[in-house]
Amino acid sequence: MKEKTKILITAQGDFVAQRFDLAAEVVIATVENGEPAGKSRTIIMDRPSPEDLCNMIMEEDIAMVICGGIEDRHYQFLTWKKIEVIDSVIGDYQSVLKKAIAGDLQSGDLLLLARGDLSL
Amino acid sequence: MMRKTFAVPGVIALDDLLAGFPHAAACLDEGFKIVAVNNRFEAMTGYGRDVAVGVYADFIVRSNMGNSRGQVFQKVAESGEAASIEGDIINRSRKKVAVRFTVSRLRTKRGGRSKGLLLVLEDISGQQTSSQGVRLGGGRASDIIGHSPKMQAIFDIMPLMAHTEASILITGETGTGKDKIAETIHRNSSRGKYQFVKINCGALPPELLESELFGHVKGAFTGAVRDKQGMFKLADKGTIFLTEIGDMPLPLQVKLLSVLDDRAFYPVGGERKEKVDVRVIAATHRSLHDQVERRVFREDLFYRLNVLHIHLPPLREREGDIRFLLDYFLQDYATRLGKEVQTFSESALVHLLAYPYPGNIRELRNIVEYCANVCRKQDIGKDDLPRYLFDRLPVSRSADGLPVKPEPTGEVMRAVGDGAKKEIPITPATGRRVGGDNWTAIEKEMILQALTAGKGNRQKAAELLGWGRTTLWRKIRQYDLA
Repeated sequence: MKEKTKILITAQGDFVAQRFDLAAEVVIATVENGEPAGKSRTIIMDRPSPEDLCNMIMEEDIAMVICGGIEDRHYQFLTWKKIEVIDSVIGDYQSVLKKAIAGDLQSGDLLLLARGDLSL
Repeated sequence: MMRKTFAVPGVIALDDLLAGFPHAAACLDEGFKIVAVNNRFEAMTGYGRDVAVGVYADFIVRSNMGNSRGQVFQKVAESGEAASIEGDIINRSRKKVAVRFTVSRLRTKRGGRSKGLLLVLEDISGQQTSSQGVRLGGGRASDIIGHSPKMQAIFDIMPLMAHTEASILITGETGTGKDKIAETIHRNSSRGKYQFVKINCGALPPELLESELFGHVKGAFTGAVRDKQGMFKLADKGTIFLTEIGDMPLPLQVKLLSVLDDRAFYPVGGERKEKVDVRVIAATHRSLHDQVERRVFREDLFYRLNVLHIHLPPLREREGDIRFLLDYFLQDYATRLGKEVQTFSESALVHLLAYPYPGNIRELRNIVEYCANVCRKQDIGKDDLPRYLFDRLPVSRSADGLPVKPEPTGEVMRAVGDGAKKEIPITPATGRRVGGDNWTAIEKEMILQALTAGKGNRQKAAELLGWGRTTLWRKIRQYDLA
């Protein structure tokens, strides 16, 4: 990971949102020298839109996107833009973020959920 | 740790119950976590039961059925009224699948306490295609279009093929619609409500292809960390479509032949024989006869697959269909792009009807997409056509499928369209082979020219090509031009 990079997680409540195209909330974390730099930012979008989300990812100069299900065309677009996409991730976004910063997160990872109940 | 199955006390195990469902199905507990799934659920979502069981269902299903915070599940659990909702899911292969969700409550007995929910996912992608008003060839329920006698003959024989269990071999040049024919036959067969699983035999290295087709057991090779079901198992009771069968390596051909004969196979590294009930449809753009003669394709497998045979004619041999398809795709793109383009001018038609379409329907559709994007009037004129239509001479195909420019005959090419025949002069050609001078090469060249003209600016290049930026990046990536 570069010295200072940004990670974006599509979120729904405390969890990684199930779908990229339906996500209306994203969490952006800045990572500096392998450590979180300050608090994560949460952005609520006007409406769920995968195209708007792709634009935001580019405008925000995001290096890594973590999400649940994503359509292939959006995945291809982001990877073509040299953005790392870790998809099909299930878990609470804080644990997911920690794992991503540690360089241990992979597509399809299912994290043991921090909360006892899984109700969203 | 969740139990993999729970039993309605003294009655039935859920795994056995779900196995008989004709659709993807899962049982959820009172907290809406998955308790049991069937094979079709695994095939549709891409999640094996080893991962899915014990996880909140929405994380696995990834639907748009409006189940935020489990609202739909909660409502069904409380009211007992089943809900049926149409929507879609995004599976592990990053594919969106249109689905009808049915959620119903499970109880131990009449008036008893709720034990959870039954979630059924019916794949309705086939139904949606026909209900979206796609015009049907010969009035049949498919999205294959054509009025030419050669296509009519195929439309006539397709219902017969749908009602048999025999293997089918579909041949035809690239872009002639082999996949669509295969899927239509499957949808109209008694297996139509089960899975249609497609696999490209030319796209994967032999070791991976074997694992994809037949699955593997944990520890079969490095990286096989768990058992994996292959495509044959996932297509159980349905149809498996093996495209580019001519590219299948010889050792795998032996295994495929064995599956066709015995309806059973061993997964990679496995010791237990798996039984399957699968219909096989294979397709290739190569001549399997030649492959057999060159000893790169097994003769016995060829005869086993070639029980029923469909040859799809290239577009240039489908009399009258070019004009029909031009109008069809123009209407489609105009609607999608919100354009007022209505028809083709006479001058444009002269060129469009004379062009030989080496990339067949796929190429014709791309040309129409280009025209619909570029045209600013109601009629598509000659100037709205892609430049390469004028730069290149009509090409025909040699026996081995490679494009060949025609011999210099000095004659005229007869273009048939809309019932009227036009005489189009052809510039004499040299008759030399131009292997690789196909749609891909032409499109690559167009992209490079546009990028050069736009000084590397992709926005400008996309505008010059009349494409959206997304289309351009997709094609740049496809042709590895980045």
